Amino acid sequence: MKLELAGIRLPLQPFTLEVEATLTAAASGICGPSGAGKTSLLELIAGLRRPTAGRVSLDGETLTDIRSDARGVVLPARHRRIGYVPQDGALFPHLSVRGNLLYGRRDGDAPAAVIEVLGLGPLLDRSIRQLSGGERRRVALGRALAAGPRLLLLDEPLSGLDSALRERVLEHLRMVRDELGVPMLYVSHDLTELAALCTQLLVIERGRVVAHGPAAELLVPRPGFGLRATER
Amino acid sequence: MTADEWAILGFTLRTAGLALLLILPPGVALGWLLARRSWPGKTLIETLAALPLVLPPVATGFLLLRLFGRRGPLGAPLYERLGLDVVFTWRGVVVAMAVMSLPLLVRASRVAFEGVETRLEDVARTLGAGELRVLATITLPLAARGLLGGALLAFARALGEFGATIIVAGNIPGRTTTLALAIFHRIQLGEDGAALRLMAAAAVVAFVAVWVGEVLLGRGRHA
Repeated sequence: MKLELAGIRLPLQPFTLEVEATLTAAASGICGPSGAGKTSLLELIAGLRRPTAGRVSLDGETLTDIRSDARGVVLPARHRRIGYVPQDGALFPHLSVRGNLLYGRRDGDAPAAVIEVLGLGPLLDRSIRQLSGGERRRVALGRALAAGPRLLLLDEPLSGLDSALRERVLEHLRMVRDELGVPMLYVSHDLTELAALCTQLLVIERGRVVAHGPAAELLVPRPGFGLRATER
Repeated sequence: MTADEWAILGFTLRTAGLALLLILPPGVALGWLLARRSWPGKTLIETLAALPLVLPPVATGFLLLRLFGRRGPLGAPLYERLGLDVVFTWRGVVVAMAVMSLPLLVRASRVAFEGVETRLEDVARTLGAGELRVLATITLPLAARGLLGGALLAFARALGEFGATIIVAGNIPGRTTTLALAIFHRIQLGEDGAALRLMAAAAVVAFVAVWVGEVLLGRGRHA
């Protein structure tokens, strides 16, 4: 996977998101405090937001290319084959688990590998309202994976879960990374989660990239305080 | 109820149903445009669509009379090209009912569409869905209860329409007399028994329509 973000400018309130970075790891992380612009960057990569300038390309294919005069091309989200899992999953409440999983499938078959890796078999005929928080995350993940994405965007997939559930969902995410081999871009403000999954990191604060590089180098253990992302 | 009264009830239900059919596509489309899109003149159209709610119904009726009269800007082409008369016919009843109930449908549709999270539509797009599929499989099903509730409220409003109808369609027995007009007429003639029967019929039909509409709108809000 090679995701290039060149000269990105996206006006937000109260700052402008400006990003220049190339992400190549199977699992890359974007971290930063709340309101730093992380979700907006994911939406931009997914094709749901149009920057005022900049270029986004994935494995050599240009997805967004806006010149300085604001003209350019934006490949619609539906043609990008980029899976997007928003913060609370955003499951379709009027469809069953199976209906959600099949939404992005062209052939209409249930994707066996995804169902197995995420343990969704027993949930297939349930209504969305019958799912627990952890099950919802897994179904949202499965729905994005079932569409056969070439990149998976995950926005705080563990937020709001208790520690036991977080560990279980995290385990499923490791399996997605290692067994299904789908590259992922993982947004979180929790450095422990990022350290557990990601090998490359982009640190954003108030719309600016303040650090970018291997996670092992950027995440330094602090005695008694967990991890800390270093600026460089 | 007498056969004559049953006929009046049937005519009212038919014309109100036709009025609803007439406003359903533009009313729902306008509700969607107001909820989901920004466009020049949006506030103006929104205000115009709400006008029949606040204008005196007879004033709206008078406007419709001028528009749909044989020499009116809309009535003239209808009469000359298609031979259709609107004023003082059942079509006038339908037009008056449609215009008077349109604001309710537009408002309910707008609220129903605003209640559908745009994030769900966005996720559907990332899963490969085009705009029509997003509308058909996400937006409309999730807005359905609110739309149906709004349609029933508009239908109930059409059933009780009086002021605009009497100006545009008159009160011609057997041709343009609706429940509301018939009740007014019976009261004027001092036939209180007949007026009461018609009032009861109107109350039952309106109660059912509003009640079902409220139930659906309430569920739509809490879904």
